Parts: sequence; C-alpha cells; structure tokens
Amino acid sequence: MSDTLQLNAEGKLKHFLTIEGLSKSLLTEILDTAESFAGMSEQQVKKVPLLRGKTIVNLFFENSTRTRTTFELAATRLSADVLSMNIATSATSKGESLLDTIRNLEAMFVDMFVVRHAISGAAHFIAQQTAPHISVINAGDGQHAHPTQAMLDMFTIRQIKKDFSNLRVAIIGDILHSRVARSEIQALNTLGVAEVRVIAPKTLLPAYVETLGVRVSHNLTEGLKDIDVIIMLRLQKERMSSALLPSESEYFKCFGLTEDKLKIARPDAIVMHPGPINRGVEIDSKVADGPQSVILKQVSNGIAVRMAVMSMAMQKPGAV
Amino acid sequence: MNQIQIDHGRIIDPANKIDRVGSVYIADGKIVSVTNEPAGFQPDKVINAGSQIVCPGFIDLSTRLREPGQNRKATFASETVAAASAGVTTLCLQPDTVPVIDTPAVAELIKELAEKAGYPQIYPIAALTHKLEGTELSSMLSLKQAGCIAVGNANQPVRNLLILRRAMEYAASHDLLLMFRPNDYWLGNNGCAHEGAVATRYGLPSIPEAAETIALAQCLELAELTGCRVHFGQLSCKRSVIKIHQAKKYGLDVSADVAIHQLHLTENDMAPFDSAYHVLPPLRTEADKQYLRQGLAWGTLNSICSDHQPHDIDAKLGAFPETEPGMSSLETLLPLMLQLVTQHAITLEQGIAALSANPARVLRLNNGALTPGFSADVCVFDPELEWQVNSENWRSQGANTPFWGQTLKGRVTHTLQAGKIIHSLGKS
Repeated sequence: MSDTLQLNAEGKLKHFLTIEGLSKSLLTEILDTAESFAGMSEQQVKKVPLLRGKTIVNLFFENSTRTRTTFELAATRLSADVLSMNIATSATSKGESLLDTIRNLEAMFVDMFVVRHAISGAAHFIAQQTAPHISVINAGDGQHAHPTQAMLDMFTIRQIKKDFSNLRVAIIGDILHSRVARSEIQALNTLGVAEVRVIAPKTLLPAYVETLGVRVSHNLTEGLKDIDVIIMLRLQKERMSSALLPSESEYFKCFGLTEDKLKIARPDAIVMHPGPINRGVEIDSKVADGPQSVILKQVSNGIAVRMAVMSMAMQKPGAV
Repeated sequence: MNQIQIDHGRIIDPANKIDRVGSVYIADGKIVSVTNEPAGFQPDKVINAGSQIVCPGFIDLSTRLREPGQNRKATFASETVAAASAGVTTLCLQPDTVPVIDTPAVAELIKELAEKAGYPQIYPIAALTHKLEGTELSSMLSLKQAGCIAVGNANQPVRNLLILRRAMEYAASHDLLLMFRPNDYWLGNNGCAHEGAVATRYGLPSIPEAAETIALAQCLELAELTGCRVHFGQLSCKRSVIKIHQAKKYGLDVSADVAIHQLHLTENDMAPFDSAYHVLPPLRTEADKQYLRQGLAWGTLNSICSDHQPHDIDAKLGAFPETEPGMSSLETLLPLMLQLVTQHAITLEQGIAALSANPARVLRLNNGALTPGFSADVCVFDPELEWQVNSENWRSQGANTPFWGQTLKGRVTHTLQAGKIIHSLGKS
C-alpha cells in the first residue's frame, strides 16, 4: 500500500514518504543521482536548471533548522522557487486543520510539498489528500519515518565503505521515539548489509523491535563488537521526566560513546549522528570531533541527497 | 386488534431451543405463538418469510447515537433507521454523550428522543461517576429510576481504585449492573494502536494488552470484594478471555462481550495509516482474534456488540493518531456474524444467541426470545442475500466503516419492535 502511493504507474518515485516498500535498485538510483550532484557544491556555479519554474513549499509543522536549511538549499540549487513556512507558529495554531492548510497552498499552484510534522502518518495523509500533480517529500513524521535522513546516511556510508554487503551497523540510543532509526533500519536491510544491531535499554526500544530485522543488545560493550558503522541517536531530555531513564549521567555511563568504547568496534569503524548532538549525553566530544566521526560529512551530503530525491520525484512520467 | 403472521420461515430461537420451519404469530405487540396457529387468528398482515430466518430482534450492548451533543456526527433519526435495517431492536447507549448521562434529566431526554424517533427501546447506561471523571459517584439510584439499565465508564478509565470500589459497592446496593470496559489509563499511555509489530513499523503510540488485562484483573477482584454484578465490554485480547474463563470457573457472577470487528480484523488489516481502522481497544493480533472467536464458541464471551460509533467525515480526516476512534458498525453486524458461521467459528444458533438471548440475560430483560407473552421483537433475514456497502444501501449517518465498498452476504428483510414493523426491505 505504501509503495503504490509512493510510486507512479511506471514504478518511479512520485512521493517520498518512507523507505518501506522501495526496492534496492530504486534506493541505489537515489544514491547514484545524489553522487552526480555531490560534486556541484565545490563548483563556482552551484545551480542546475532541473526544477526551473517549479514551486516548492517547505511545510514545517515542527521546528528544525538543519533539515529545513538543506531542503531549501537543495531546492535552490535545482533552480526551483522555494517558500518555507513554519506552521508550528502559524495557521494551525489558529485552529486551521491540516487539510485546510494544504488546500490553501494547493490553490497557490505549488508543485511539491516538503513536510515535517510531529504526528506519525502526517506525510501519508497529505500525499493521499493532495492534488495529483503535487509530490510530497517526507522530512520527518512523528516517530514513523525520515527517509531523506536515512538516505543521506546511506550515501555517507557508501562514500566511505563502498559496499554494503559485509557491513555490520549498530544503531544506539532512543530507537523507540526515532523516525530516523526506523528509516535507517529499512534502508540498511534493503541495501543488504550483513547485520543491523540496535543497542539500547528496553525502555527505549519499541515492542517486537526484532520484527524490523535487527538484532537486539542491551549492552554497549558487547554490542559494539565487530561493528563497522556506529549510528548514535539523540537523547531528548524529556525521556528522563517520563521515567524511561533514571538520569543523563547513568545513560552516558551505559550507552554514551567514549573513546574507550569506540575501541571495541572495528578499527576502521565510522561514527555517525543525525544531529543535533548532546555532547556528554550520548556521545563524548572527543569522539564527535574525532578522526572516526563523519557527522559533518553527513550534513554536507544532505543537500545532494535531497536534490536527488526532489529531482526524481518531479520527473515527468515517460521522461528518461 | 393488530395481528401479524410471519409465515413459513426457519425459526431460530436459541432461548427456547427452537430451530424449525413454521410461523410466528403476533398480536398487540406480543408474541402469541410459535408454529402452532392460535384459534381464531386473523392476521392483518402476513410477512412471507420463505427461505428466510426468523429470530429474536438483536440487542446491542454498546452503541453511540451521538445525540445529545454531537448531532453533526449522527442523530437518533438516522441511527435508529440504521439499527432497524440491521435487525437491532434494543440498544444500550454508552454514557459519553454531551452532556454525559450522569443526571436523570439527560436520561429522560434520551427516552424522549427515542420516543420521537419512533424507536422506544433505547436504554441509557448511566455514568458510573460524575461526568465520567472517576472522582465522584453519580446518582445511580435516581438514574436507574429515570430508565438507565446499568452503570458504566464508557471509554474512561476509573484511575482511582478506591473510587471504583466504592462505586461498585454503591451499584451493588441498588442491584445495578456495571458495564465495564477495562482500560488502564497509565498503561494505555494515549496510544492509538496495538503494541505490536505494526505499530512499531509505523511509529504509532501503542497500547499493550496489559492495559486491558490489568484493569480487568483489578475489576474482577473488586467484583468479588463488593458483590457487584459486572459485564465486561469490548474485550480485545486472548488473555482477557482466559481471565474471564478463570473468574467464571471460580464462581464470579460476570459476563463479557466482544465487538464484532475484533472477531474479523487484526492489526495487519490496516493499510498504512488508514483511519477507518482506528478503534479502541485497538485491533490486535491474529492469535487474539482466533482466541476471541474461541471464547465466543465456548460461551466465555456470551455476547457480540456492534460498538457502533458513527463519525462525521472530518473526524477521520487526519494523520492516524489525530483521528477519532470508532467504526459505524450496526449495519455490518449481521453479515459479519454470519461470516463467523460460514467460517465454522460458531454455529448459527450461537451467533443469534450472542445477539439476542445472551445480552437479554445480561440486562435481565424479558426479550431476546420468541417466548409467548414477550414483546414481539423479531428480525427476519435472508442469509444468502448479497448487498454492497455503499451510499445507496447505507443508513447510518457515519460512513466510517472499513467494509465500505465490499459486498456482504446476509440482509435483514423485516424488523419488528414490539409488534410494529420498523423496517421492511425496499420500503424505507
């Protein structure tokens, strides 16, 4: 059902809502397309005319600086007209429904919505309801999916590790509330890594997490053995007040990534983080800024991957 | 003298252990005789029930008609027509109307609305606590005197067990039945889907079975402590069926029902974020569904309710967790019950009993059977007649059913309430 919504009759990307249901070849096409854009950033002229005349609206119902900025830059580099709306502080707070907001913007001849929303399923809902010529890109919905973040992480992994097939990847931290983790697990499994491992206390793991195709560990020291790629997740402060964790310091003691812990993983392991980082909570500064960290690379790659997804979703049916 | 003969149908009347072809004779709103023609019977009307089934009118233990307070979702006028077309002749109304059924005035208003709609057999369930807030007792005796058939908590958990204990003691003092939907507030954690693989994949806030089973276990303990009669409503999981079975074996005076959709749908049926599947308690696993069917076959669950909750379109238009839970389910009740029979989960007699004789026993009502002298509440249906769930056939104001567009088998042709024909297929 999700793939029929996301793909057009030719099996091409129409919306980009979730990794679930997308094929390995389509994910690889996204990565390849992103690679063709990646060199552009270093050039004098950073623009291509692929989306000239198109209007893209960034609909951010939840605040985000980095994701919004990279989507804006990606759209600008594709020569689209971009409008960014922070709806968290606008219409819906006046009681306007999500659907009314969408209808109003549709009436302004928009071609694409980039949506971030705090509720799982919001991007699906908008894609179902919106006019057929409009594409929807999910920039994060609740705890469900954040597919562009997952793809930029895949891009970064491929850049460094070249091949997915022998990789063992550990995702560490608040899997329960993480849309990034869900999308990454799906992407890694589709791209055929050797193993995805999640490392967290039971309170931060969703029920039946192993059905997502992961191995589970509650112990960082054990869990990091043989790992090639470490993905750290941000720990929100409210996890302490909702009794999921006793304290930041105890969390750091058990699951914080330090230089010593990092030594347990493979010597060429890379460290990733979707940001923003809580230094001293989930990751030690020495590791975040250390030689194995690729955190800033992830940010730069975000633009190329978002350009790839946007241009692919806006490709007219029948175009080669 | 108003006399009706329902002629030559297959009469299934589980309470009287009748299953044979014959006629039902009705006079002045009451059943006069089954199969044996009374002397001098001169029917004003003969209903030909050839190749159809004639059974007691259905009794629904959990319904919402949305009036008073939410007329944009549904009205007594729309929903009583839907109920009649579904063969349902008695409705129990959950107390979470606006305002809540916690004063005799609201109960009386409901009786008036029912009379006005020409469908008098609507029984309000009184709120167990004031405004369903779980803090102060409602005036249960006055509410009983105003026509409430039981007391209940609708979907609102009573968080404080001391208050639940006292409410149950007070209800027991007035011999009131408690209709309880077990649901622990804290463990429910504002979830909207079953805590399982599907909610995990979609990142939906989830509700574990324990939210139901722990509240159920607590209420069973209190039933023993207080002597309160309890009927548990809309159970959703295997472990609840086991708990009810153990309690009955132990000798507690309890009974339980299941909502019809829980016997057919599971978490896996939900297309991604399809709000038509948003119900509370949530749709659970295949194993739960199978065990609920078993529970029905064993009689551990003695009744099936519709848990009818009609909504306006807006209520279901949104991201899944933000939509309102509930299905419009009166009109699919019979066809879905018949599916249980064709799938050999239960017998036809058990299915009809779960919709008539058993809920009547729960409510201590003198109906749910074709016993001479009883109110002539009768449902005549054609078990083979197929119909499509579409706007032409649908009567409820709420079109929020996941079965929309499907072709279902089994349709009510005539419904009689106290001897009055309130539905006749083709004439509405």
